[in-house]
Amino acid sequence: MKPLIQKLVETDGPPGYEGFVREVIRSEIQPLVDELHVDALGNLIAVTGQVAPNGKRIMLAAHMDEIGLMVTHVDEQGFARFTNLGAVKAQHLPGSRVRFLNSALGVIGRERAEEGNNFPDLNRLYIDLGATSRETCPVHIGDVAVFERPFADLGRRWIAKAMDDRVGVAVLIETLRQIRSTPHQLLFVFSAQEEVGVRGATTAAFSLDPDIGLAVDVTDTGDTPKGIKMEVSLGKGPAIKVRDSGMLTDPRLVAWMQRVAENAGLPYQLEILERGSTDARAIQLSRAGVPTGCLSIPCRYIHAPSEMVDSADVENAVRLLLELLSRPANLS
Amino acid sequence: MVEILPLLKKLISISGLSGHETPIRELIEATWQPLVDELSVSRLGSLHALKRGCGEQPRRSLLVAAHMDAIGLMVTGIVDGFLRITQLGGLDPRVLPGQPVTIHGREDLPGLIVQPPAHLLPPSNQNGPVRLENLLVDTGLPPGEVSQRVRAGDLISFAQPPVEMPNELLVGNYLDNRASVVALTHALDELQSRQVAWDVWAVATTQEEVTLGGAMTSAFQLRPDLAIVIDVTWGSSPDSPSYRTFPIGKGPTLGYGPNIHPGLHQAFKELAERLEIPYKIEVMPRHSGTDAIGIQVTAEGIPTMVLGIPLRYMHTPVEMVSLKDIRRAGRLVAEFAASLSGQTMELLTWKD
Amino acid sequence: MTASKDQTIKTPTIGAAQLKLLKRLCQACAVSGDESEVRKIVLEQVRPHVDEVYTDALGNVLAVKHAQGEARLRVMLAAHMDEVGFMLIHDDQDGFYRFDIVGGIDPRQLPGKLVWIGREHIPGVIGVKPIHLTSDDELSRTIPLENLRIDTGGETTKVKAGDRATFATPFLRLGDCLRAKALDNRLGVATLIELLRLAPGNIELLAAFTVQEEVGLRGAQVAAYRLNPDLAFVLDCTPAYDLPAWDGSENAQYNTRLGGGPAIYLADSRTISDPRLVRFLVETAESAGIPYQIRQPGGGGTDAGAIHRQRAGVPSVSVSVPARYAHTAASIARLADWRQTLALVHAALQRLEPHILSQDR
Repeated sequence: MKPLIQKLVETDGPPGYEGFVREVIRSEIQPLVDELHVDALGNLIAVTGQVAPNGKRIMLAAHMDEIGLMVTHVDEQGFARFTNLGAVKAQHLPGSRVRFLNSALGVIGRERAEEGNNFPDLNRLYIDLGATSRETCPVHIGDVAVFERPFADLGRRWIAKAMDDRVGVAVLIETLRQIRSTPHQLLFVFSAQEEVGVRGATTAAFSLDPDIGLAVDVTDTGDTPKGIKMEVSLGKGPAIKVRDSGMLTDPRLVAWMQRVAENAGLPYQLEILERGSTDARAIQLSRAGVPTGCLSIPCRYIHAPSEMVDSADVENAVRLLLELLSRPANLS
Repeated sequence: MVEILPLLKKLISISGLSGHETPIRELIEATWQPLVDELSVSRLGSLHALKRGCGEQPRRSLLVAAHMDAIGLMVTGIVDGFLRITQLGGLDPRVLPGQPVTIHGREDLPGLIVQPPAHLLPPSNQNGPVRLENLLVDTGLPPGEVSQRVRAGDLISFAQPPVEMPNELLVGNYLDNRASVVALTHALDELQSRQVAWDVWAVATTQEEVTLGGAMTSAFQLRPDLAIVIDVTWGSSPDSPSYRTFPIGKGPTLGYGPNIHPGLHQAFKELAERLEIPYKIEVMPRHSGTDAIGIQVTAEGIPTMVLGIPLRYMHTPVEMVSLKDIRRAGRLVAEFAASLSGQTMELLTWKD
Repeated sequence: MTASKDQTIKTPTIGAAQLKLLKRLCQACAVSGDESEVRKIVLEQVRPHVDEVYTDALGNVLAVKHAQGEARLRVMLAAHMDEVGFMLIHDDQDGFYRFDIVGGIDPRQLPGKLVWIGREHIPGVIGVKPIHLTSDDELSRTIPLENLRIDTGGETTKVKAGDRATFATPFLRLGDCLRAKALDNRLGVATLIELLRLAPGNIELLAAFTVQEEVGLRGAQVAAYRLNPDLAFVLDCTPAYDLPAWDGSENAQYNTRLGGGPAIYLADSRTISDPRLVRFLVETAESAGIPYQIRQPGGGGTDAGAIHRQRAGVPSVSVSVPARYAHTAASIARLADWRQTLALVHAALQRLEPHILSQDR
């Protein structure tokens, strides 16, 4: 899966401007699905299979967008001020490189701090594109950028920007490639604008009206020095989400996912995330409600330029998803 | 005839934390069974109970919602046999140290929320209230046994047994919002002897304390013409501002504000006056903080009303409520339902 | 090709009648949750120009002007009727009332202001004790809301807890300058009324005069669900922070500028505008020679935030008249900006074709 993930993370797609990523995904999955379309918010929706008598319509969601920045002003000297698209953490910005969708590159600079080492306000930062004036600056108001950080293989672990959620996208694509038989109709949603409030998943869930929802996204880990207290660790398997700050997974779904993992001898962890949510929230609250869960890939340094995942966790996520989808979803 | 006090005591002794309402739902289901025509469960676990109206089809419908979920805690990890916890719903960590709880592990286990000594706490939290992430639950059992019976993701409820107080007051945990569920039950009970033209959906909703998800999705599924939400509201106590709280035992509150249809508010006010039921007006300038937030803007919009039952010390294990207010709220709902007719909707148009 | 009778050239204009209407709208009091004073005016104004009009469960006014000819683009135009203001929450006796803020108002804008209460605009005062009785320590701190009262001078029969109140600002026009309360969003309402009067025949025009935008975009949510449009334009009023910096440095956070023309939104905190609609508006402005500005991305929100997420999604964009000091007692806007906003949206509606949505977003 490494080449696929590398291709995906090195493509740029901030919220609302996922076009490049969408095209990469489309070319990967087009031959594998019955139906493919792009909806009003930019979601890429692919349908495969028919519902068998013992099957369900299952919506699988992974978001295409990554956090990014949008230019708000270019000053007289050619420095670009910006706002965030999604939860960009200011402490990761000074000194980072960013790349605009028009290929322009820049580095983020910081006004001299008035006191101490406080995390800077976004308003005290700017992007330096090496221009000398507003007229010679290659970007203007409204241009969008993402972190510039290529994929690197550390052995068992991989780092790159946008593992959140290209790794989820890759898991869905790989699942689609490998699935042989399923009683379910599978509704793959490569969602848009998750990072700004799970907007794409909201409209996709409404239009698809699925029986069950499953998001595939990243989650934090508790295994770094003096880090958050959390039971999820890198390398211990994909995580079955019990809850996060926006959603409580239906306990029957948690039980189902656990049973399937145990029967298949696959490693897994249980996830409780205190801050953060995913597309699963939007799906669960759609229309008359949808029993929804989330398969999480443990990830260190979420929303930093180099997010880290464990390759075995990724591969096990695919295996678990295949096991879940290959047989009836017994939720009782 | 449903006896309010025994029912309430039973309801607050059953677990039903947000997202995990099955135990409480089963009890409510059994209680409502003789009072309604049909029972079903929504996809998010809300209980839908239909009392069919006697009017001609197509019949309009009224939805009356009371959330059945409750706040509590969840185990996030186990360290040396002690449980680390996080909240499920809004909790003031200052009421937690020393509270008896029930851990819903492999089986139910009694536990105690404890405050570690200062030298075992991070320097930033050694004085003042201990943050939730630094509190622990102690079962008293050796670590080996704990890991056999409890794991991360298990739920923890408060274990304060109900205590009867003078003047028909009751103290206990989970009166938010089981008091309203009892009020709704009382309304269904009163309606046994009445003719109601409209269909009435009594809905015990899920997840109000966390996502408002149960009410939103039930309203979408049922698409009522009108909705009433019964929830608890802030009861006065010496330490809370008098202008934002309401005395317990002096009647339910009638919500007023953008989250409430003014025509419905007026209808309830007139009804309370006619029936000589004491009430207070609860001004809610922005929203009601209840299931009504989601219900009002479901699909094409639903005229919504909020009835409040004053509750002292909300979201602590020693909440205090007046049974008289519960009865009054239930009676108001029943009378309102009985008054619904073919003209009701016209009376609710925006008269400009 | 002959034009039908209805297609006499209708040019948008801001004349005496439009100004008079704006004044009426601005001086009406319609705090989120009780928009009736504005709703009355809207209903009276739009009824003669539309095919259908009704008030929904939340109090939105929804009006439809059918397209001429076969199936056309269903275009929703939204403008919110409500304004930020106050609600009296407790009778403290003797004509003093505690109050709460409805919508976002900086509490520093409250002391020493006159307000109008309720349907009858009963006068009230948000008073503050004299400086002579104020310590230096108090002077350095914002007066908390809990310490403020609305004083009706003893009027207690016509005023009660639950009544809404607004700043009591009379409308003023000075040359090209407009000063009033609630320019956010009576400018949008007035613009939408005008657009309905001049509705082009090439689209199915679904107008939504929404309620409760200031408390969570609530009216727009149900309006969009009901109308189920193909796309939406939202007309609002956005802040202009185009004042000088204390040290003469460049103001990089002006949001919009007075005199810059209609402000087209790329992104605010609730919506990322559909790029196809943004491009379309810019092209329209440029080909028609209408000045325009791009509102600085980030912050704020409009009804588009609720509309674009409804059902299967609605491509949306917002266009606003810039105004200084929104959500305070008095805002300032320019007639020229208003005129150009009306012209831009009117021109855009006329050249809208279904194929605008045929390319992917």
